Amino acid sequence: MVKRSPYEETIDGMKLAIRQLSLRLQQFTLGVDLDIQHPRTAIFGPSGAGKTSLLEIIAGLRKPESAKISFNGQLFDDSGRNYSLPVRLRKLGYVPQYDSLFPHLSVQRNLLYGSNRKPKDHTLNFHHVIDFLEIGHLLDRHVHSLSRGENQRVVIARALLSVPQLLLLDEPLTSLDAKLKNAILQQLQALHREFAIPLLFVTHDPAEAIAICEEALLLQAGRITARGNPAELLG
Amino acid sequence: MMSFSPLEWQIVRFTLAVCAFSTLLILPVGLATAWLLDRYHWPGKLLVETIVTLPLVLPPVATGLVLLKLFGRRGPIGYFLSQHFDVDVVFTWRAVVLATAVMSFPLLVRSARVGFQGVDQRLEQIARTLGASDVRVFFTITLPLASRGITAGIVLAFARAVGEFGATIIVAGNIPGRTTTLSLEIFSAVQLGHDATAYRLLIVCVVVAFSAVWLSEVLMKRRSMG
Repeated sequence: MVKRSPYEETIDGMKLAIRQLSLRLQQFTLGVDLDIQHPRTAIFGPSGAGKTSLLEIIAGLRKPESAKISFNGQLFDDSGRNYSLPVRLRKLGYVPQYDSLFPHLSVQRNLLYGSNRKPKDHTLNFHHVIDFLEIGHLLDRHVHSLSRGENQRVVIARALLSVPQLLLLDEPLTSLDAKLKNAILQQLQALHREFAIPLLFVTHDPAEAIAICEEALLLQAGRITARGNPAELLG
Repeated sequence: MMSFSPLEWQIVRFTLAVCAFSTLLILPVGLATAWLLDRYHWPGKLLVETIVTLPLVLPPVATGLVLLKLFGRRGPIGYFLSQHFDVDVVFTWRAVVLATAVMSFPLLVRSARVGFQGVDQRLEQIARTLGASDVRVFFTITLPLASRGITAGIVLAFARAVGEFGATIIVAGNIPGRTTTLSLEIFSAVQLGHDATAYRLLIVCVVVAFSAVWLSEVLMKRRSMG
């Protein structure tokens, strides 16, 4: 039976529109103008190409010099009108590269931190998410005692439990050994099928983009230089 | 030698109560000041930073004199309080609270600011992506993560208040049973040659100060290790 996501209706017509985005970085200016409509899209590029900056701007964590960004018709940023939707109202799950679990809270309290938003169906309930990511045995643990792989799974689960309308993943598999990377890769592959939440996946590893996404955007020195099927573009 | 007279007990209780009260009084203002100084740039910030630090570098007697002029019956604030609220400050227990609060305020602000500086602001951003409002982020992320610096500040402020002398004697006097604190009583006892009293109260001061500084050092070390 195909499960319905609370955002299934938006997935069919997902549209992240980024217009005239500009942000001066150390080596170059990030300049992006594009629409993202595939629910599993990779932003691929070498280190320092501006991938994380782009993701942070979408999440509202970084202010661009100029940009007009909307998601499914909801305006996120419009620098022309000096408008920026507060981060908490964007309903985006963000999985950063750095350790982002709250160190003073247990795993369970970390997971529940963002669970105030109510899902419209049962796919994103607490037990389903922790079963899916196989982290039930970690609930009472302190975050300092988690391995890197456990840590990443908890971060992904916490983002899911906040019932996001889009999941932003910033190189979530970096610094994991091959076995762990493979295990989490399989979970990320299944994640969209299970919860039907669109993903924007930043990576510099072609294999990850090919495994998870149906479209890849090639970002080089702050510009989108190519886009297409990940296997054709990066394979 | 170590048996306290009823008056000595009263002085110990009064000092600890007044110092606890003044520390509680400056806590919200001190935290707000530390947070504003750490997180924002605003016009006049340097001036506020300087004023906040002044009681640390001014002679306490000079600070006491400024307070006396401000809160005395003919001072601008004292006159206002007396006329509108029928409240006298100088030479009452309120003056002791005022003097200890002003003198210990910089220590609280400086430690709390170090605490806020140590908070990874990216975690606050992550909390916002999870739907938390700024108020919720402050109370559930910022404050707990800065708690060691804040606690150290509270402890240091309390200890400074217990040891306060110069400003207190100017603005509150040394009125037995009304404004006499541990420090003031030690001074009087030495002046009058009551060495046993002075030594007993000295031991109380040393125990309080030692405990406070030790606790503060432990908390700071745990913070830097964690």
